[in-house]
Amino acid sequence: MTRSAPQLIHHGLTTCEGCSMEIIARAMMRVLGPRTIVITPPSCSAIITGYGRETGWMVPAWQSNLENVAAYAAGIRTGLEVTGQEEINVVGFAGDGGTVDIGLQALSGAVERGHRFIYICYDNEAYMNTGIQRSGATPKGAWTTTTPEGKREGKKNIIGMLLAQGIPYAATASAGFVDDFERKIAKASKIDGPSYIHALTPCSTGWRFPASQTITMSRLAVETGVWPLFEVKDNIVHITHKVKELKPLVEYLKLQGRFRGLHEDEINAWQEQIKVNYTAFLDKEGKSWLC
Amino acid sequence: MPQLRALEGNLAVAEGARLSRIQVCAAYPITPQTPIVEYISEYVRQGMLNAKYIAVESEHSAISAVIGASLVGARAFTATAGAGLALMHEVTIVAAGNRLPIVMAIANRAMPSPWSLQVDHSDSMGERDQGWVQLYAENAQEALDFTILGYRIGEDDRVRLPIMPCIDGFYVSHTTEVVNVPDQEQVDAFLPPYKPKHVYLDVNDPISVNNLTSPDVYTEIRQEHFRALQNALSVIDDLGTKFGDCFGRYYGVVEGVALDDAETIFVTMGSITGTVRQAIRDMRAKGEHVGLLKVTAFRPFPKAKVRQILASAKRVLVIDRSAGLGSEGPLALEVKGALYGLYPAPIVYGFIGGLGGRDFSLVTIARAYKKAMEMSAKGEINPRAIWIDSKEGEL
Repeated sequence: MTRSAPQLIHHGLTTCEGCSMEIIARAMMRVLGPRTIVITPPSCSAIITGYGRETGWMVPAWQSNLENVAAYAAGIRTGLEVTGQEEINVVGFAGDGGTVDIGLQALSGAVERGHRFIYICYDNEAYMNTGIQRSGATPKGAWTTTTPEGKREGKKNIIGMLLAQGIPYAATASAGFVDDFERKIAKASKIDGPSYIHALTPCSTGWRFPASQTITMSRLAVETGVWPLFEVKDNIVHITHKVKELKPLVEYLKLQGRFRGLHEDEINAWQEQIKVNYTAFLDKEGKSWLC
Repeated sequence: MPQLRALEGNLAVAEGARLSRIQVCAAYPITPQTPIVEYISEYVRQGMLNAKYIAVESEHSAISAVIGASLVGARAFTATAGAGLALMHEVTIVAAGNRLPIVMAIANRAMPSPWSLQVDHSDSMGERDQGWVQLYAENAQEALDFTILGYRIGEDDRVRLPIMPCIDGFYVSHTTEVVNVPDQEQVDAFLPPYKPKHVYLDVNDPISVNNLTSPDVYTEIRQEHFRALQNALSVIDDLGTKFGDCFGRYYGVVEGVALDDAETIFVTMGSITGTVRQAIRDMRAKGEHVGLLKVTAFRPFPKAKVRQILASAKRVLVIDRSAGLGSEGPLALEVKGALYGLYPAPIVYGFIGGLGGRDFSLVTIARAYKKAMEMSAKGEINPRAIWIDSKEGEL
């Protein structure tokens, strides 16, 4: 919808080949435009914020600490308000570790206080910038350098936590469905309060798949029901991409080296869980999240 | 018209913040600082202060939020103490490294463990190398004045740094004293509105701030920071004098009392200074040649001034209100460092006391003086700190 919008991120970033965080970042800036202040923690997105004298952003950007993206956002928004600077987007752009683990407290606090800011979690399901360490968002069974036998625990449901707090707008997104993401970011920017978008961003480096398969992986996550696309505005659920017939989970898993250690019974159990969850998920359309 | 009012130290800080027309306050409650931000939130509610108050969920977020506000051009304030300051540690140097003139009042509180609600300087000493200006207030009047002066120093082009006015928990924070409260017009004349100059987030002039650097530039950026702190030494004296011209109370990096013929000089910071003032009056009445050097600016440390003032003394008694675990009291270390290479040099006796709120009384001061005089008579130097008010002896 905004392909003709001017680029607000320079070319020639040093992100990995096939990086889907970069796809999300570029789409985000196409929608939000130049009146935007971006905050990135030390993470893959810090690559855009830059090194030395170089930066990727053509908008003001602040390199934050890892756990306080949302606290900086709260301060920036409040500062803009008291100095009469209006119609500016304040965006936190953090990875899964900086969001669901170390950044959770600041995020929860800022959402509770109701500051107007957009928080985008690009979720590559591990600490990828430090070299593939397990996070609270790493799925069960996935290999990382700190879960050499596969992660024993499941993925933290951060969006559920924020919705339980009563956040006015929250959505999932995918690097494989950019139009869907762009509609959501446009909606988030209109919310007079906090908004949250959690985008699954497959990572060729950490998930162990060929860099040419980023979009395929992103789409498969949605089409297998691993990563359903929806939004919740004022507590009402809207499914933004309904999958009529789910593809087999194994199609998603087999392309990724990180799931190589999963046993067949584990895959079957996961597949069964997806079927149950997806049916329940479809039933949520138009209903209250907290019902 | 300035008013004489009975204020506790915390209220004096809040009044200083109100008169400085702060625009954002983000804070988390912690004893003994809490009343400062309670007063400020009440000023905001009543419309006495045109500001926004952010009731953050931690001190870590408090300092982060005021940095955010400062980055977009707001005059920002916070306050904390003890463990709260330690929680901020990672972020305090972000404020300083980005040269943001935030004022953060510290109601000094001893660090756990064991837990204590009461004063020593172990909390702010933990921040001493984080690149802030630290001003230690002796009383409620200085608590108010250093808040206003803090913004003026911090926003000065030669400095551009955050400022930490430190007030002793309870002895200053909760003690009611007569305070001369300036009127708004006077303060407005002294402290113009804040304008960011080098570091800012502005959609009309986009820059990327605080990003990763290489070994190629990190040293020079640190050195610029160091230089700003060096500049602050003369700026504090300069603006402390201008403050005096406006308000009648003059400040500088140090204050000397009865130094002219002093053979023995006490060196102090914070509220202990008031007790030592009384002690030297009493001792002088008995013919003792004693004086006092109060260190107001611990960071930047006024090495040259301290050296110059202490050079002619025979002995120097430094009182540290923090343990300096594993070494000596930090003030004693600084004083010894300032005297390095001087010959002949006074003998420095470092005393540690008043920890965790223990009263550093006239009796303790007399004991320290006696101890130093005895050691001095025997020609003893004492390389280690003397724990002067310990029930288990002096170590």
